[in-house]
Amino acid sequence: MSPVIYIPGDSGALALGAEKVAKAIAAELGARGIEATIVRNGSRGLYWLEPMVEVATDAGRVAYGPVKPSDVTSLFDAGLISGGQHRLSLGNPEQIPFLAKQTRLTFARCGITDPLSLDDYEAHGGLAGLRKAVAMAPADIVQTVTDSGLRGRGGAGFPTGIKWKTVHDTVAERKYIVCNADEGDSATFADRMIMEGDPFVLIEGMAIAGIATGATKGFVYIRSEYPHAIRAMEAAVRVARRAGVLGPAVLGSPNAFDIEIRAGAGAYVCGEETSLLNSLEGKRGVVRAKPPLPAIQGLFGKPTVINNVISLASVPIILDKGGEFYRDFGMGRSRGTIPIQIAGNVKHGGLFEAGFGLSLGEIVDEIGGGTATGRPVKAVQVGGPLGAYFPRDLFDTPFDYEAFAAKDGLIGHAGITVFDDTADMLKQARFAMEFCAIESCGKCTPCRIGSTRGVETLDKIAAGIEPEKNRALVTDLCNTMKFGSLCALGGFTPYPVMSAINHFPDDFAPQAKLEAAE
Amino acid sequence: MMQSQGTETEAQVAAIIEELKGLEGPLLPILHGVQEEFGYVPTEALPVIAEALNLSKAEVHGVVTFYHDYRIQPAGRHVLKLCQAEACQSMGSDAIAAQVKAALAVDFHQTAADGSVTLEPVYCLGLCACAPAAMLDGEVIGRLDADTVAEITAEVRT
Repeated sequence: MSPVIYIPGDSGALALGAEKVAKAIAAELGARGIEATIVRNGSRGLYWLEPMVEVATDAGRVAYGPVKPSDVTSLFDAGLISGGQHRLSLGNPEQIPFLAKQTRLTFARCGITDPLSLDDYEAHGGLAGLRKAVAMAPADIVQTVTDSGLRGRGGAGFPTGIKWKTVHDTVAERKYIVCNADEGDSATFADRMIMEGDPFVLIEGMAIAGIATGATKGFVYIRSEYPHAIRAMEAAVRVARRAGVLGPAVLGSPNAFDIEIRAGAGAYVCGEETSLLNSLEGKRGVVRAKPPLPAIQGLFGKPTVINNVISLASVPIILDKGGEFYRDFGMGRSRGTIPIQIAGNVKHGGLFEAGFGLSLGEIVDEIGGGTATGRPVKAVQVGGPLGAYFPRDLFDTPFDYEAFAAKDGLIGHAGITVFDDTADMLKQARFAMEFCAIESCGKCTPCRIGSTRGVETLDKIAAGIEPEKNRALVTDLCNTMKFGSLCALGGFTPYPVMSAINHFPDDFAPQAKLEAAE
Repeated sequence: MMQSQGTETEAQVAAIIEELKGLEGPLLPILHGVQEEFGYVPTEALPVIAEALNLSKAEVHGVVTFYHDYRIQPAGRHVLKLCQAEACQSMGSDAIAAQVKAALAVDFHQTAADGSVTLEPVYCLGLCACAPAAMLDGEVIGRLDADTVAEITAEVRT
């Protein structure tokens, strides 16, 4: 068997030069007359080490990184093919503390397998969940998912099993499974990584959802900012169809299920489920009032399961190992694992899947290793542009839906952006309002107009115009947006704004700063 | 001459519609197809699409203008998108944007006078652990710094 070299095709690795590294390695193999197979795997999620090149040896995988094209010749001189020592040697990647400390359930294969090889997928435990599902009664599949305690990983945290049960119990001639892959929150890239690195796990999860609820058609709505993920999913769907994983007889069973990949068009608000459904129908991505729930009247008015990528990608292992197995991870009412995405100004940025319950401080300081700039951490925003800014005082907060809600925050899609002490929290609060104004769908007044008034009022505070009065005004405005908006865009924009005001009051007192400067 | 060009555009749009109209909810895929073909969504495409999908022209116009992706006029030869979201902000995307704007003499949402490049802000490319990030003609670039900015500006000028 010829040696196998793994060079990630993940877009994060590509952004750091993986394509040039792959070309250099191919050229070097040719020049030296070495026969080897190059596999473009997903990323393991250790982005400070990307592009991370791995070689399969008799003693297991050996990793090198971060590799630059100019390192390639010396890597071959050092015996790359047999895992030889080099200054970029990382040894067995699974022993790197960042990976060794994780509990990889959803991301079990990501970065290990060839994303488009169904054989590789099966050899690493893939399709075991779907094989069990085709032999089960639909209601039992729903019960297993309910028992697992899985909650919506897109951010809302709604129990997945309950959603599925509603669709299962609603009688209709056509039902849909819609996968929300409109991962627009800054600091989040888990959906992108799994779609690029292990697309079959999402396909398998959607097929299980289809069998459980009686839906025969699935859509994956992927944001247009993710062209690599779109290509990977399209290719994987074609492979799955050819192999009979999708189609009129899923794995030879009487269940029909097929998937279509759809690209978004650059509207952040389409990550909101009802807006996404309108977009899929070919309409403006305007939010719908609920009720009716999408589970009863969703896509084209039909009962629809709409779940985030990670929720659906967590289903295969739940079916394979059982609801109890998954439920045994986590804390409180947050069961199972969560892929935490550590981003921004951080030394060890990447994806860290673990059971719920790590403290924010452990994640930022120990796992993330503090800031990339080496300066003190000032704030971390948890949950994307609609998530709260947390100061160091709150770093003992455990990563859990309820614990974050209790501190006026949210875990959202589990993205964490780290800021060093140069961050200006008034500027960040203003950006939250500005982003809401740019992305508002325009349907409800608090979001559409409130966000623009919010920018103006924060500008007044920055200019030192009646700061106290204007801080009170922003607080009042945030209250109106929080309780008066139709969806989370207007409703949650107050989280970053108010947390910045409450936890970093000094940044909102520019008058004092000006005087001090004079 | 103008007339025959219009007819040609309409024929190309009709071919795209024909290929995609069997999809459930075909409007966005059709608009993506039209933009891929022309680089933007020409005004004369709207009545053709509206007619084929039994929609009003206003409805199609409403959809085109709702989404940030659809252009109503051609872009430059290159399209450079700079991420301006929080994770990139934490790594100095503001300063990078200022450097790029100065080097290319364009602001966001503008095309350079020589038609070489269109500059756009983007709110997240999912490259948040290698910020600040950009996308040049669909290719992703991470950890932007003065050197990469210089490489990008050189590339778009060619």
